[in-house]
Amino acid sequence: MSHAATQGSAHVEGQQHPIKLYLIIWFWLFVLSTCSYLVDYFHFEGYLRWFLILLFMMVKAGLIVAVFMHMAWERPTLIYAILVPPVAVLVFVGIMVIEANYTLLTRLNFFFPGS
Amino acid sequence: MINPAGDSVTRPTGWQGFVNDWSSDQRAFKTASWGKAMMWIFLLSDTFVFSCFLLSYMTVRMSTTVPWPNPSEVFALEIGGKPVPLILIAIMTFILISSSGTMAMAVNYGYQRRRGPTAALMLATAAFGASFVGMQAFEWTKLIREGVRPWGNPWGAEQFGSSFFMITGFHGTHVTIGVIFLIITARKVWRGDFDVEKPGYFTSRKGRYENVEIMGLYWHFVDLVWVFIFALFYLW
Repeated sequence: MSHAATQGSAHVEGQQHPIKLYLIIWFWLFVLSTCSYLVDYFHFEGYLRWFLILLFMMVKAGLIVAVFMHMAWERPTLIYAILVPPVAVLVFVGIMVIEANYTLLTRLNFFFPGS
Repeated sequence: MINPAGDSVTRPTGWQGFVNDWSSDQRAFKTASWGKAMMWIFLLSDTFVFSCFLLSYMTVRMSTTVPWPNPSEVFALEIGGKPVPLILIAIMTFILISSSGTMAMAVNYGYQRRRGPTAALMLATAAFGASFVGMQAFEWTKLIREGVRPWGNPWGAEQFGSSFFMITGFHGTHVTIGVIFLIITARKVWRGDFDVEKPGYFTSRKGRYENVEIMGLYWHFVDLVWVFIFALFYLW
């Protein structure tokens, strides 16, 4: 394979983006991690805590996948092939929430009858 | 875009492109190479493995009648006589994010065919990863000394120990494997294997700078998993 062809394939298959973009994302990941740490540090409780933790988690995950892993520049074929199957995990979460609640109920009935 | 014959082709984007790619009776991933597509599919399967660990953790935590140990206190470190909650975990998080940053830059220099910076940044990534594993070993040692076992702990629900060791242990194993492969790939970059397209030892496929990007995909995934573990296990 000639040198030109090699470079051509690097351009077709490779991903090149300005370093500045990575530094910006890096900075935001630091900020978001600090935010999620502060959620614990300041003892936010209840739904606010859950909401903030999940929000920072999803934004961080999105930035990593989209920019660091270059998903934002891939064709929809790859994006959907990789990102749609994990939806099944969410269904699994739903099933296990129901199951866990049921287990808890039977345990409470068994260990603390009449309460 | 250039096809194998050297002609420039334009492919439809959006939904039309999606349908065309899948129905072309050829390779579906038009712009992702074989290696990259396979790494993505491996990472997808790994996603399911980690999902199952986190799901089983969620299930045992929701269904136990015994209070769950408070991670904020369990993972606190004494600094200057005052307990600082989760401080080691926070440092580990920042280290892993930094390693992702250096990895992303290594990929960039790799495509510019600048061997020195690429290898150096990959080795920096490996060093960050190794220090992460070191801190994890420290954390495990501390907890084991305090009496945490897979079957029990001094603070509450027994399932805490088994979930903790399983999830962080499996993640730490991924980091360790990543460090090893980072060093191997950095050595190949430094030797110039990818400039002369030296075939891989096991795969016999031509070495290309894309290998650095594929290595990067794995490494960013390790960071990605930690984002979920940090949020769901340590902060919840």
